[in-house]
Amino acid sequence: MSGDRQSAPVLEIRGLTKRFGGLTAVKNLGFDLRAGEIFGLIGPNGSGKSTAMKAIMGIERPTSGDVIFLGENVAGLPAHKIARKGFGMVFQHSRPLNRQTVLENIMVALLPDSLFMLFPDQALTERAKWIAERVGLGAVMDRRPPTLPFADLRRLELAKAIARDPKVVLVDEPFAGLTLGEVGTFSELIRSFRDEGRAVLLVDHNVKSVAALVDRVLAMYLGEEIVTGRADEVMRNETVRRVYLGGAIETSARPETSFKDKVPLLQVENVSVRYGKAQALENVSIHVHQGEFVSVVGLNGAGKTTLFNTISGFLPYSGEIVRDGERLRGTSPARIARSGIVQCPESRELFGEMSVRENLDLGGQHLSDQDKDKQISWLFELFPILQQRQGQMAQTLSGGEQQMLAIGRALMMQPKILILDEPTLGLAPVILEQLSKALEKLRQTTPITVLLGEQNVTFALPHADRVYVLEHARIVWEGDPGRFAAEAGQGYL
Amino acid sequence: MGDFFKSRLFWIALAIVIVASTLPLYVSGYILGLLTVAYYFGVFAMSWDLLFGFAGEVNFGPTFLIGVGAYTAGILNSEYGWSVYLCILLGAMASVIAGFLLALPALRVRGPYFGLTTLVAVLMLQNFIVVFAGLTGGEIGLTIPDVITIDAGANYWIALGFMTISAIILYGLSQSPVGLVLQASGQDPVQAGALGFNIVKHKLAAFVVSAFFSGLSGALLVFYFGTASVGTVVDIAVGVQVIVAAVLGGRRTVLGAALGAIFLIVAGEFLRPTGELATFIVSTVALLVILFFPNGFLGTVLAHGERS
Repeated sequence: MSGDRQSAPVLEIRGLTKRFGGLTAVKNLGFDLRAGEIFGLIGPNGSGKSTAMKAIMGIERPTSGDVIFLGENVAGLPAHKIARKGFGMVFQHSRPLNRQTVLENIMVALLPDSLFMLFPDQALTERAKWIAERVGLGAVMDRRPPTLPFADLRRLELAKAIARDPKVVLVDEPFAGLTLGEVGTFSELIRSFRDEGRAVLLVDHNVKSVAALVDRVLAMYLGEEIVTGRADEVMRNETVRRVYLGGAIETSARPETSFKDKVPLLQVENVSVRYGKAQALENVSIHVHQGEFVSVVGLNGAGKTTLFNTISGFLPYSGEIVRDGERLRGTSPARIARSGIVQCPESRELFGEMSVRENLDLGGQHLSDQDKDKQISWLFELFPILQQRQGQMAQTLSGGEQQMLAIGRALMMQPKILILDEPTLGLAPVILEQLSKALEKLRQTTPITVLLGEQNVTFALPHADRVYVLEHARIVWEGDPGRFAAEAGQGYL
Repeated sequence: MGDFFKSRLFWIALAIVIVASTLPLYVSGYILGLLTVAYYFGVFAMSWDLLFGFAGEVNFGPTFLIGVGAYTAGILNSEYGWSVYLCILLGAMASVIAGFLLALPALRVRGPYFGLTTLVAVLMLQNFIVVFAGLTGGEIGLTIPDVITIDAGANYWIALGFMTISAIILYGLSQSPVGLVLQASGQDPVQAGALGFNIVKHKLAAFVVSAFFSGLSGALLVFYFGTASVGTVVDIAVGVQVIVAAVLGGRRTVLGAALGAIFLIVAGEFLRPTGELATFIVSTVALLVILFFPNGFLGTVLAHGERS
């Protein structure tokens, strides 16, 4: 009987579902989490893993399903009640109290939820000190957060999450923004939580980064479970491989030497970008030839969007970005866009309360009426669905149609270089096929230059002439898409 | 808390209180009267900073809380002739109840909507006062039979004492464990919730404390003036002045808000010879400070202290 109790799960998730309006972010998810176990919830961006974690913690109210903690269903309770039952969550982004010291920040996590705690308790201070030592903040206890390096701020988040000795620890992307050395230290810390008998739930994008840490993994895609098992089993799973790498990929790359321009159209040279203390890009160099189709693949958080926003002039950087021999530094984003480097952002940024036609007209605002009509009729050939939806409000379109509209609006600006940031985000496979056909047509029939950022390799490779792999803010691989699966694919799972 | 007595803030506060206490020895009754009003305003601004700086909620209607306290005290005194002190206490209580009833539903909505709700509350109060002129004195104002005292010196001491005690309580509260939880709730509500804190409860408590001090100060003010009018304790413009004072003095400092209020009132008065221009000049200074020193007077001084 006692052996039975030991293996009884601390947390049982049954039929967990979360809907936002018409979108089902998490569908009928179920798994068990045991004490002394590290469990990974893995899936590409938009797969619903973070939503699942928030639904468990009570930050999002689950639409249906059970979250059973030690036999009690806590689904639907507010976050603060769930937290008091024995949950701790490590956030990826945090806003510590900047005027208080590290120690005081940890102390806040230890306080009772009472309105009458007017004087600090010495016992709490002692406990806070102990926790600070425990996560490696002992030397900086009396400093204020703004003076700390990024890794120490992450330690502070760990400290707060484990402060009240929770039985379940939820960790959102444990290694985001950390250097390789720091990843090792943090892995050790998370392992030590397990060894203390806590149940640890990690959320991350790919299996590889957490493979060495987790006992079991559940891979998700489009809100549903694909497979659960040991990390190596999951990595071998056919469906998982297809989601991350695609099946047999046909590539049709044109060799780099076939592009006539001696100096590439766009050169990004040793560009580095920092967000406060986090390094978002580190000495990134890429180039794109006139008429070339270049894909930048990388997981969420690798730095793709940062790279594109830097090219579009939104972020300060070190290094150089050169277009047609001209340095772009100091040029305003508006001017860069009008000169022909047009970005179709990851978040689409449609004007939701304007019609499809109005969105497109705004994109083609600088064209003469005649050119605009010509461009629109060409566009309607590329995306026939947009013609049917002309009068509809943009926010009422489906996800796939919205993406087509976003690309369409960018094309109305007659870009010389079109930057597409994660066009496949959260879209169903059928839509991907339609988008893929449109891109192929674009490549075959126009002289346009395309820079595509993707984590979905199946989508990124078929059209690409050349591929860059971005990982942890650095370019780690460059080459022909045909060689990708053999040389870089493994690291991508 | 032990560190507080060694901090720069403590010495600044102590110096101000000492200077303020010696003023009756060498300034005119006119200036004392001016400062009396300024000190009550200082309490309005400090109460407001507790909400904005710590709970992270912008209350566009500080005068709703002030007005309810002021008018309740005034009406009770003029209608029933109850003792001044009882009326002041009941005024503060009325403000607490009104604040609670307003905040309970308003805290359910997020961000700018909370602010809008509080703004509408002021307009409703203002309307109520005008419509029920028989009870409230309407647009002309309510004449109150009693005052605390007519002695300018005594009034000055009451206001200074009240502001000092309020400052100690509000500042102490903001630095106490509850204050830290409140600050965490204001800064990152999702994380504070995940750390096990009932955010609505803490913000509601902050609103109630803010209402108590606003109402108390409003009630004291009408018994100093001997009248209560929309233009002095309810109008949106008065609320804006309270907000500007708090931001000017320094967000999240509590004590800075009082400095900001004193500055606004005293500067406005000293510039009176410039006529209509006075308001313009004071507003310009306020705008420049907010644009170039967003941490306000005290925030800027303290930030330098931390760096050196």
